[in-house]
Amino acid sequence: MKKRYMIKGGRVVDPVNKIDSGLDIIISDGKIEKVGPALDAKVDETINAKGHIVSPGLIDMHVHLREPGREDEETVKTGTRAAVRGGFTGILCMPNTEPPLDKPQIAQSLKDTIAKDALCNVYIAGAITIERAGRQLADFEKLKTEGIFAVTDDGSSIQDMTLMEEALKRAALFKLLLIEHCENTSLSLGGVMNKGFVSTKAGLRSIPAESEYLAIERNLELAKKLSARIHIAHVSCKESVEMIRRAKKDGVKVTAETAPHYFTLTDECCATYDTNTKMNPPLRTKEDVDAIKAGLADGTLDVIATDHAPHTDSEKDVEFDYAPFGIIGLETALSLGITELVDKKILSWNGLISKFSTNPAGILGVPAGNLKEGSPADITIIDPDKEYVFKKESIESKSRNSPFINWKLKGRAVTVFVNGVITMRDERIL
Amino acid sequence: MDKKTIWTKKDLLGLEYLSKEEIELLLYTAASFKEVTTRQIKKVPALRGKTVVNLFYEPSTRTRTSFELAAKRLSADVINIEIEASSVKKGETLIDTGRNIEALKIDIIVVRHNASGAPNILARSVRARVVNAGDGWHEHPTQALLDMLTLKSKLGRLEGLKVSIIGDIAHSRVARSNIWGLTKLGAEVTVCAPALLIPDGIGRMGVKVTTDIDEALRGADAINVLRMQFERDGALAFPSKLEYFKQYGITAERLKNCKKDIIVMHPGPINRGVEMSSEVADGKNSVILEQVTNGIAVRMAVLYLVAHAKGAE
Repeated sequence: MKKRYMIKGGRVVDPVNKIDSGLDIIISDGKIEKVGPALDAKVDETINAKGHIVSPGLIDMHVHLREPGREDEETVKTGTRAAVRGGFTGILCMPNTEPPLDKPQIAQSLKDTIAKDALCNVYIAGAITIERAGRQLADFEKLKTEGIFAVTDDGSSIQDMTLMEEALKRAALFKLLLIEHCENTSLSLGGVMNKGFVSTKAGLRSIPAESEYLAIERNLELAKKLSARIHIAHVSCKESVEMIRRAKKDGVKVTAETAPHYFTLTDECCATYDTNTKMNPPLRTKEDVDAIKAGLADGTLDVIATDHAPHTDSEKDVEFDYAPFGIIGLETALSLGITELVDKKILSWNGLISKFSTNPAGILGVPAGNLKEGSPADITIIDPDKEYVFKKESIESKSRNSPFINWKLKGRAVTVFVNGVITMRDERIL
Repeated sequence: MDKKTIWTKKDLLGLEYLSKEEIELLLYTAASFKEVTTRQIKKVPALRGKTVVNLFYEPSTRTRTSFELAAKRLSADVINIEIEASSVKKGETLIDTGRNIEALKIDIIVVRHNASGAPNILARSVRARVVNAGDGWHEHPTQALLDMLTLKSKLGRLEGLKVSIIGDIAHSRVARSNIWGLTKLGAEVTVCAPALLIPDGIGRMGVKVTTDIDEALRGADAINVLRMQFERDGALAFPSKLEYFKQYGITAERLKNCKKDIIVMHPGPINRGVEMSSEVADGKNSVILEQVTNGIAVRMAVLYLVAHAKGAE
């Protein structure tokens, strides 16, 4: 029998049940027993949440856990520690492992590792194509029986339109979410940063915004024709936001995510050749950052997901051209959301929690993202005023490839419940 | 020049990162070293006991030789290390190589690299001074400085000069360094290339942009003609060398409509009959060999100033 807890005196925000007020929560047997004003009950422990936000557990639907195959970069254990540290109670792990997650046996063995090592809920995404090679579809039906939630070739983009059409149909048939990394590689190949004034100045090969939005346009047309669902990963530029906005108006079943770095940083950061500013899609311009924020504000972009992509120091400490794409994000995402979106009045707390919890839970179809009585007690308690410097030594992830090291940040998860168990308390992982 | 300017930079990574005064100090120092190179005994003890490494990830006989001579004329010891670009990915990393060189108690690393920004990354990782001898498409600061020294000694000034840079701007580190240096010192710079070889937003670097060669030549005090590398990046941009020569090649015929004493520069090596006719390359307006001579003085100045940078210990 799990302990009975009371979370007392916090500001409870639950977008699903339209709650935003000072309430208490009782947790028992791993579930939310009761939510209400000034509750009084005999519990094993009371958590004082005065001055804090009490949110449904955060869900990151774009995480590279690297296991199996690249345990030097991240493992289920270290990746979920980083997740909990950042306030996440659930994550979707990407299938670009070594070998890639394109067969049920690989999903099976990953599930064993998750059962043994994970500190939070881990949902698995399978590959769209065998070996993620973009030529032959993986067996969605068998992968589904192993409990995967989504399919994606993330890291690569499906170039062949006939194959994409088939993938959308089969994903719909097996009720799997199809997540697409949209990139027309004939435009982006060899590029290492956004195409524009900064790439010209720095003399670096570039990735034009067209390589992203032309691929998005094509996929939206296919989804529209087939009346199929599609989720667009890591939206980075203005035109993409505009296209998704239009498609939603037209009734296309599209959802979309962006990452904290796309609403925080611009391609100006690449001018110092810091390889922790190299990611794909690349950091864009101020104009794009503004468009991403507007897209979050008006609901065009449903989700904030980190695209947590761990790489070792030795992989990143090289010339900009030779470094791999990607940065870690689990431990800084919430703070950046608070600083860049809530404090700057782009989103309300309700809005921020929708993007970080309710919407990804709904899109993935997992039992999370709200504080309904009787649902699993995945809860994140946030101190919105906590100021701290993000230090390299404090990072829980096995990799430390973050452009935000030594940044002064504000607002952080302090206590996290996963299935009614305290996993982090007062900023200490238990 | 304001004589009070003091050199404080540990490294020379690019002219983008220098102030007008620092560039002037470099040119002033180079002019005084130029005198040394004309003496009977072409050597001063300024860097005696210092060691310079030429770390070249790209083959370059002329730049390497020029740096080597510059270091030797300052009485420094010189070592040359050449690393094949193809071995970089599997071999030692740039940072490890830099730290190993530093462990040999080397004072200055002169680096040439095919990847843009490699000198910036190296400079952050070592205490030794780092001098950029050309990185990718990014910068080639000593080339631009020697171009500027040549112009200044020929025309007496840089401010207000009309200088046109002609050729593959997109893939040229020489163009970028020249643009930064010349605009900071008040020259009016025009870049001229076929449309596909003009990179995004180059105008924001403070230059006029044209695809019309006659417009670039009209009224120019000097032109800097870049090497066209058809075997590499130019292949897509232009159908043939002959076609390029017809449309953009600098010929005696074209120079007839220019200022009579227009200065013609080229960073070398020249593709005769592609970007420039032999008649022009060897003609009275050409200062190409003088550029090579000035290169040594400029590199002496750079090595001398970074070695003695104030507060950069």
